[in-house]
Amino acid sequence: MFHVNSGSCNGCDIEIVAALTPRYDVERFGIKLVGSPRHADVIAFTGPVTSDLADKVKRVYEQIPDPKVVLVVGSCGISGGVFHESYHLAGPLNKLIPEATCVYVPGCPPRPEAIIDGVVKAWKHLEEVSQ
Amino acid sequence: MKYKVPIGPIHPALKEPIMITCEVQGEEITGVDVTASQNHRGVEWIGMHRNNPVQSIYLSERICGICNLCHPACLVLAVEEIAGIEVPERAQYIRVIEAELERIHSHLLWAGVAAHELGFDTLLHYTWQVREKVMDILELVNGNRVTKAIMMYGGVRRDITDDLKPKMMEMLTYYRGLFSRMAQLFLEDKTIKMRTRNIGILTKEDAYQLQAVGPTVRASGVPKDVRQDVAYFAYPDFEIKAVTPDQLTGTVVGDTYDRIVVRLLEVKQSLDIIEQALDEMPPGDIASEEKIPKLLAQIKKAEGEAIGRHEAPRGEDIHYVKLKKGLDTLYTWKVRAPTYSNIMAWRPMLMHHQIADIPIVAASIDPCMSCTNRVITAGSSGEAILGAEELHRLSVEKTRRMTP
Ligand code: SF4
Repeated sequence: MFHVNSGSCNGCDIEIVAALTPRYDVERFGIKLVGSPRHADVIAFTGPVTSDLADKVKRVYEQIPDPKVVLVVGSCGISGGVFHESYHLAGPLNKLIPEATCVYVPGCPPRPEAIIDGVVKAWKHLEEVSQ
Repeated sequence: MKYKVPIGPIHPALKEPIMITCEVQGEEITGVDVTASQNHRGVEWIGMHRNNPVQSIYLSERICGICNLCHPACLVLAVEEIAGIEVPERAQYIRVIEAELERIHSHLLWAGVAAHELGFDTLLHYTWQVREKVMDILELVNGNRVTKAIMMYGGVRRDITDDLKPKMMEMLTYYRGLFSRMAQLFLEDKTIKMRTRNIGILTKEDAYQLQAVGPTVRASGVPKDVRQDVAYFAYPDFEIKAVTPDQLTGTVVGDTYDRIVVRLLEVKQSLDIIEQALDEMPPGDIASEEKIPKLLAQIKKAEGEAIGRHEAPRGEDIHYVKLKKGLDTLYTWKVRAPTYSNIMAWRPMLMHHQIADIPIVAASIDPCMSCTNRVITAGSSGEAILGAEELHRLSVEKTRRMTP
């Protein structure tokens, strides 16, 4: 899993870190945060994607090897959330990358359990595709 | 030969997009430039064009997800002052408790990140494990782990009832019991000391001149704290003294180590404040007006301008608000988050240190976490490009080199 902050408020980001640390500890399920998009199967986006970040988001997405799944964590990546209608948004994500397969984790921010559930869904999808 | 190392440029969390360009000669940093670009989400614009003032409280929570109480607090303070909305005493106490809970969670979060920047990941996991205790209390009180949604014009939205108190007292005991262990881990560990003592010094003069705020400036020996200097919420009832590192170590150096000391002591201070607040909280209403349409009508009639100030975990947060009669939204809304004042301090802190010191020094002012970790490369041709990974690796290697 690779994590990109595409203009989030940090709320979702700290919940992702919380999911990595001992209380929720996703590593025991084999879910690991990696440092480069080229090593990832799943890419997690948090935030509504601001105009400045639009091309960077696309570039990172393209660097992930196929098959890949996008995990959209938080309401603002799904629909713009509280920031919808703002003049500085290029998102939401499915508008920017229409061809992507997305797993949505709603909530503002979602609980770590919900994030783990989202990753597992993405994982199942990857398994189906590769079979 | 001199190289330029660009770090940044995106800092969307606090609407302060930042890019640091470091000029390096060999390993030594010889120049630091900070550029604020134009990446933001238009929060103020939404508050002035789309949202009514009550909706803007929820929006202001999402300026920053980590310190999501300080922005609503400032907004609410400013609007209350303009519209002349009274706040019951009990609500003021609840606001204080919430603010201090936030400080505890934020400082612990920071401590974990700082440990990670040094390559001390065991400590990161330990600190975050410890932090879950306050997250549980936040969830118990607010119904949500991160965003609190507690602020409202004229009061708060949820009461802290008596049955919650034992759980909160238990948390206080838990953290008090841990204090000496935390102090030992962070302050006496040889590696941490080597990597933070005399690194990233901000002198008292520089701190004054750059108008830094919060723990950053207090670690340089300037006793500046909004809770001490301004009467708001129920803070005048508490004897709050700005925390400076000499209270524990006897000296002020103004380095990264001192910033750890200050934050550690502030967690202790917050525990004391919460205990006193729970003890002395008077009975009564938690909001002066429960009907939101009535509140909105009152705000719509108001005219004037005001400033809301609050000591956020990272320093002084300021909101400027102007209201016009008959307008459904805020007329003007300007936010000045604490990191905005603190980033300038990066320059004197980073000068003449090594590239491997950038992560910990940059993290030491506690800019919103995502920005520190997410160091993005943005170089044009001919410049040396260092990514977050690479920087982190360098930092970890330096720790290894220094420990036999
Ligand atoms: S969904 Fe909510 S908490 Fe998450 S980044 Fe967006 S605004 Fe912040």
